[in-house]
Amino acid sequence: MSFLVSLLASEEGHLTYETHSWILPETAEIIYGGLASVIVFAALGKFALPMFKKSLAARTERIQKEMDDAQAIRDTAEGEASRIRTALGDIQSERAKILAEADAQAAAVLSDGRTRITAEAADLEAKADADIAAAAGRVNDELKSEIARLSSVAAERVVKAALNDAAQQDLIEGFINTVGAAR
Amino acid sequence: MSDATTNAYAKALADIAEAEGVLARVDAEFTAVAAAYESNDQLRSTIGDQAIPVERRQGIVEQLLAGKGAHPLTAQLLGMVIGAGRGRDLSAIASAIGNRNASSQGRAVAEVRSAVALSEDQQRRLGEQLAKAVGTEVNVKVIVDPSVVGGLVATVGDKVIDGSVRTKLDRVKARLS
Repeated sequence: MSFLVSLLASEEGHLTYETHSWILPETAEIIYGGLASVIVFAALGKFALPMFKKSLAARTERIQKEMDDAQAIRDTAEGEASRIRTALGDIQSERAKILAEADAQAAAVLSDGRTRITAEAADLEAKADADIAAAAGRVNDELKSEIARLSSVAAERVVKAALNDAAQQDLIEGFINTVGAAR
Repeated sequence: MSDATTNAYAKALADIAEAEGVLARVDAEFTAVAAAYESNDQLRSTIGDQAIPVERRQGIVEQLLAGKGAHPLTAQLLGMVIGAGRGRDLSAIASAIGNRNASSQGRAVAEVRSAVALSEDQQRRLGEQLAKAVGTEVNVKVIVDPSVVGGLVATVGDKVIDGSVRTKLDRVKARLS
């Protein structure tokens, strides 16, 4: 205000003006200013404050709702986490059970396999022994047969080579001389 | 060919030969031809081959007998057998004729197989000895059969007297195997 007065004074031609304090305004200015402030604050209190309170309440409600939602989400997440932990525990248990069953089955299969392989090995060994014996017998028979064949062929060749005319006549005469006693 | 058919042919041929009074000769000549037939693969296949004309087969037999002093009836009877398509049964028919001839004389037929031919003297002495062995007179018919190898095999009726080297070799072979 004093500034405005000073400014107006300067504009009207170097008006000299002096205040009673360089800090405090004039009394009237205080009164008018105070009243104006009261009016402003009253208006603010009457019109703006309810709106502010309403806005604040709405904001608080929204924040609360968001917090509630967050809490609900958190509860849901915790429930889900709990369920997952439970499921995980079940999975671990199932895994252990499956592994135990697999171990048992593997042991059974291994045992059966060993038993079967042992039996098959015994069968194969017995069959191999029988085959070897049969082959040996067969080879022996074949050898004997071949020896007999070769011997008979050799004997026949030797006999035929020895059967000249004289030998043939000797055989015929021998037959004639003895056949009469064959009755 | 069945035995009945063979015997029927043999009986017919023997009756003709007997009627002509040459049964013994026809028998001997049939036996000789049969022996040649048995020992010669080409002759056997030719006479037994129905695809060859009958006249040609009969001509082969006539050539076989030519110059050997065979009785004409023998050639005619052989030609009849071949013409009837019974060439393959020649040996059986000859054997049946031989039996008929022998039985007509009250004798038996001794079929003797030998690796080599027998002389007349050997055949006579063999006949005498075989007669002692079987108890009846025999007509000896020698068949040269190289498979005998050596010695003789005599068959009189159901009786077989085997003195062949072949049989002895077979026995040795059986003992070895």
